[in-house]
Amino acid sequence: MNLKAKNAGEDHIIIDEVVFSRGRRRIFDGISLRVPRGKIVGIMGPSGTGKTTLLRLIGGQLKPESGIVEVDGRRIPQLSRKDLFDVRKSMGMLFQSGALFTDLSVFENVAFPLRIHTDLPKDMIRDLVLIKLQSVGLRGASDLFPSELSGGMSRRVALARAIALDPRLIMYDEPFAGLDPIALGVVVQLIKDLNRVFGMTSIIVSHDIHETASIADLIYVISDGKVIGSGAPKELFEQDAPRIQQFIKGLPDGPVPFHYPATDFRAQLLSVDSVNQRQFG
Amino acid sequence: MFASIRHLGQYGIDLITALGRAGSIWWQAIWRRPRLANAHLLFRQIYQLGVLSVVITILSGFSIGAVLALQGYNQLVKYGSESALGLGVALVLVMEIGPVVSGLLFAGRAGSAVTAEIGLMKATEQLSSMEMIGVDPLQRIVAPRLWAGFISMPILALMFSVVGIWGSSLIGVDWLGVYEGAFWSAMQDGVDFRSHVLKGIIKSIVFGVVVTWISVYQGYEAEPTSEGISRATTRTVVHSSVAVLVLDFFLTLLMFNF
Repeated sequence: MNLKAKNAGEDHIIIDEVVFSRGRRRIFDGISLRVPRGKIVGIMGPSGTGKTTLLRLIGGQLKPESGIVEVDGRRIPQLSRKDLFDVRKSMGMLFQSGALFTDLSVFENVAFPLRIHTDLPKDMIRDLVLIKLQSVGLRGASDLFPSELSGGMSRRVALARAIALDPRLIMYDEPFAGLDPIALGVVVQLIKDLNRVFGMTSIIVSHDIHETASIADLIYVISDGKVIGSGAPKELFEQDAPRIQQFIKGLPDGPVPFHYPATDFRAQLLSVDSVNQRQFG
Repeated sequence: MFASIRHLGQYGIDLITALGRAGSIWWQAIWRRPRLANAHLLFRQIYQLGVLSVVITILSGFSIGAVLALQGYNQLVKYGSESALGLGVALVLVMEIGPVVSGLLFAGRAGSAVTAEIGLMKATEQLSSMEMIGVDPLQRIVAPRLWAGFISMPILALMFSVVGIWGSSLIGVDWLGVYEGAFWSAMQDGVDFRSHVLKGIIKSIVFGVVVTWISVYQGYEAEPTSEGISRATTRTVVHSSVAVLVLDFFLTLLMFNF
């Protein structure tokens, strides 16, 4: 039953020298990382470093300019549209907003992947959906619509939907953002339980250091398109690289500057041209 | 000088890119015909796009038919040929005003709704999550809407014309006193199914395809912000309306042997 032990030592995801740009902005400049099977891996870094983009590269929603993105031994960018949709059946993704289908009830949202991808009889789908909803504690909310749910509840329903097909890999995009302390505790516990019970490989993209560190087996810190540090949470806290320390301690200024790049402040204040440009340019 | 040439070039490239993307969305979606198991999705869209547009189409059809009868009668009666009123109104409605005005109404009522709905689905990551569940949004979201537009539009245009003709008979015959027999028999003699009605139906099918195509494309490519969706919705109505009017000219030129 212990899937984690059976597959230990094998990498579920391999990302190697991936380069990706949005417009002229280079998001990843040769990023490389590995996600071991059955582990919880945290991907952390300041906002705008492309953490969500990384998940989209793994899910095949974006294609890298160069480099390797491999999930379960299959090269994602090279797959045909049909194969890609097949591979995605073994992935679950929890979006930050929940991304529930607003025209379907909570029950139907969770049933959606089952109805599409399986030929199970109706009563079995019903039982499965109720089991998934029970595991996130929302069986009682099955008749509600997404508009009637709070943020935390939406995310739990989305989680139930993401695990409906019992995926081998689950990706969480900012699962802790904007939750009250109780909902936060619930989500942290759920992620932990899902990994422990089902042996799902879990990737958590987040900038909430303490929550992520409390459950992750391995953490990668990314900044400026590269991995700047990695290791078990405890090891990471002990590393003295200034960028990692700045991020972990939450210092406003440091190697990652507080200010967006700009011209000299004094010169800009004194310059008449810039005022004219703003007003009439 | 160079800047303006560069702008023109950039505009041209953007335009061609947009056309290419729109074409590829349409092509990919149209081959994903709704399967029997997904028929409910198509029926739902026919209801959303078609059935919910019936009231506005009927009201407009009636008003336009009535106005055509009033104005037409005023002119025809001068030459004592008011018995041709029915024929005139029917031809104008079936060949031109029916398909064109119902196309414009369809763009305003259904097209804008499609764009806003798909744009919001994009903004709330519903399209992304659908992709990640392993369901192609082009099949599940876009294809049923395209097919629903294709099916609903000609029916709406026919309804428009029928109600318009009824409105004109109400005004012309019942109110202004045109002789009923002449009103209907001139229409029966003068309106031919193949050379008039069918051509109107072809026009409305083209308008249906184009309007839903523009709406779906604008929604699918909308910038996922509130401002982006509002712009996309406006663009849908403007582009669709212009497309309907311009295409009408060319279709008339092509089909009516000028």
